[in-house]
Amino acid sequence: MDVGLSHYLILGSILFAISVVGIFLNRKNIIVLLMAIELMLLAVNMNFVAFSRYLDDMAGQVFVFFILTVAAAESAIGLAILVVLFRNLKSINVESLDKLKG
Amino acid sequence: MAFSDFVFYVLSAILLLAGLRVITAKNPVHAALALVLAFFTAAGHWLLLEAEFLAITLVLVYIGAVMVLFLFVVMMLDINLEELRKGFWSYLPAGLLVGGLMVAEMALVLGGKDFGLADPAAHAADYNNTAALGRLLYTEYVYPFELAAVLLLVAMIAAIVLTHRKRAGNKSMNPGLQVKVKREDRIRLVNVKPQKPEAKSDEDED
Repeated sequence: MDVGLSHYLILGSILFAISVVGIFLNRKNIIVLLMAIELMLLAVNMNFVAFSRYLDDMAGQVFVFFILTVAAAESAIGLAILVVLFRNLKSINVESLDKLKG
Repeated sequence: MAFSDFVFYVLSAILLLAGLRVITAKNPVHAALALVLAFFTAAGHWLLLEAEFLAITLVLVYIGAVMVLFLFVVMMLDINLEELRKGFWSYLPAGLLVGGLMVAEMALVLGGKDFGLADPAAHAADYNNTAALGRLLYTEYVYPFELAAVLLLVAMIAAIVLTHRKRAGNKSMNPGLQVKVKREDRIRLVNVKPQKPEAKSDEDED
């Protein structure tokens, strides 16, 4: 079967679904939750690049560029928060994050 | 089947297997390494889509910086894996239901006719993806570009401020306290009564 736009989009959607399942499975482990979010962003970027190619419009690639920037900032701050959290709680279990009593 | 289609299917298989490994790996280090593989394979997909600059950026910036940061943090933390793995598979049915439904719905919407978009012709051999992206970034998207730079600066400062720790017992000076000091803080006059010196021993004289 010849590869077209739909193949890339469905690949992206499967990748997105895998990371959603990952969030369900790893609900206690914040590090793997962050990794699942990175995987989701990758799936979204895949869609942008595929559409950019098939519509012949560079704006999609510019958007991927900005998403990569924001994702890098997000993971840097997320990991910093994680390190502070581990220093205070000696654990990264999501269930021990109940200080706010929400 | 053209060779590029074959490459697409091979890369897709590797990408999906790496994604599954990320979410099921027992050890977070293995998950991070599988995520590196996933990013690398996705860079291959982007090369197929002729987005060369972003593919290289993904490898250099994402794998080289962000994933290495992840690996650093994962290896730095001393994690009790047994407790985190407790009840790991108990949410699998719900997750599979949601994920499967999402894939089915999206496949129904996205599959089929490629939205009527035919395969675009390959770019000419002298096409420069980096130059095209750069021309767009520095003209039409120059304000978002500068905002992205500010965002990175803010993220850097935030990460430093969050993790910075004042160390106790170092010998750094505080000029404010040094200026504020008074004579009474440093000098204490004591009235000492004159005393008769004791007889010196022989060792002291040497």
